[in-house]
Amino acid sequence: MKEMIKMVVVLTILSVLSGGGLAALRQNWQEDIEKQQLKFVKGPAIMAVLPDVSNDPTEKRFKLNPGTKEERNFFVGLENGKKVVAFESTGKGFGGDIGIMIGVDPETDKILGVGVTTHSETPGLGSRAKSDAAFTDQFKGKSLLEPMKVKNDGGQIDALSGATVTSRGVAQGVTEGGNIYKALKPQILEKLKSIQ
Amino acid sequence: MAKSLVQEFTKGLWKEIPPFRLVLGLCPTLALTKTVENGIGMGAALTFVLVCSNILVSVCRKLIPGKVRIAAFIIIIATFVTIVELAMQKFAYPLFLKLGIFIPLIVVNCILLGRAEAFAYKNGVIPSIFDGLGMGIGFTLSLSALGAIREIFGTGFITIWEKPIHVMSDAFVPFAFMVEAPGAFVCLGLMLCVMNLLGKK
Repeated sequence: MKEMIKMVVVLTILSVLSGGGLAALRQNWQEDIEKQQLKFVKGPAIMAVLPDVSNDPTEKRFKLNPGTKEERNFFVGLENGKKVVAFESTGKGFGGDIGIMIGVDPETDKILGVGVTTHSETPGLGSRAKSDAAFTDQFKGKSLLEPMKVKNDGGQIDALSGATVTSRGVAQGVTEGGNIYKALKPQILEKLKSIQ
Repeated sequence: MAKSLVQEFTKGLWKEIPPFRLVLGLCPTLALTKTVENGIGMGAALTFVLVCSNILVSVCRKLIPGKVRIAAFIIIIATFVTIVELAMQKFAYPLFLKLGIFIPLIVVNCILLGRAEAFAYKNGVIPSIFDGLGMGIGFTLSLSALGAIREIFGTGFITIWEKPIHVMSDAFVPFAFMVEAPGAFVCLGLMLCVMNLLGKK
């Protein structure tokens, strides 16, 4: 019995110390960590899809709910006095979900840029969707309201050689983004008005 | 314990070098050694956790009842791993992005539990620190060596702190198999084979 109590006491003390310490540490560092996430994950992707903005779009953002899933961040960039928007969408790739950042001009509905943020595609093949700008540049200037397809499926996008599934995933992700954009456009315009 | 501190330290560098001699903790070894940088990062994280958990296990070894020692080790190890994960997110986010899921998975890395059980629970604090340091550095060296071989043959150059250093001539065609998962198995096997051949003498 005595041994049993000792076991319980020791494990309880250890757990309490560990849990308490970690919670305190997390609380303290939370803000810095979020900043780092915006800086290293979202920031470069946003700058890549909104090349001509003069502000830091990670600082001007709002959240909207596209319906089924969780809220999405919309990042606002200022381009010569014009407001442009970047947001993230996902497509099904070869090795899992592909995160895709889409930059769009809400006045013309034209795509300003597309960039892959997160993926688990095959290194050297599908991973080129992220590194090969010639592939993602194909989306530039097209209307976000149109569905995107690779040429094999009768569409307008040249697939990466050896990575058709990935290319298809990116195209599907952009189409998906277009659907979100279509559904939320009135709300996006509403929000943009209130942002300086 | 008749072994000197120097011996406790150096055994981790060759005689019991993880993962080759212990053949423990192979999951991060195989998955993360695509590049030298990842190897060093993973090794450093593991060294920190190993030294800290060794110290704490050794300090508390009289207090922890034998029957629940494994549970207590896991709590201690998990705490330090979470600290490393948070610290990495705060100070070295790009590295965190590369290592990703393998940082939390250090918790189940057998080297840690193995050292806590086999060494720190039975020895004093000072030898435990040296044991942890030796094992950690050994692990870092192994991962870096494996990473270097795979990166050189797989891509033709080594990237350290964002600066690619060309090792192979321009005519070299990258052997992409090496940076894929099966390449890690083959490479690890060959290195183990070479180490066994050298050790036989």
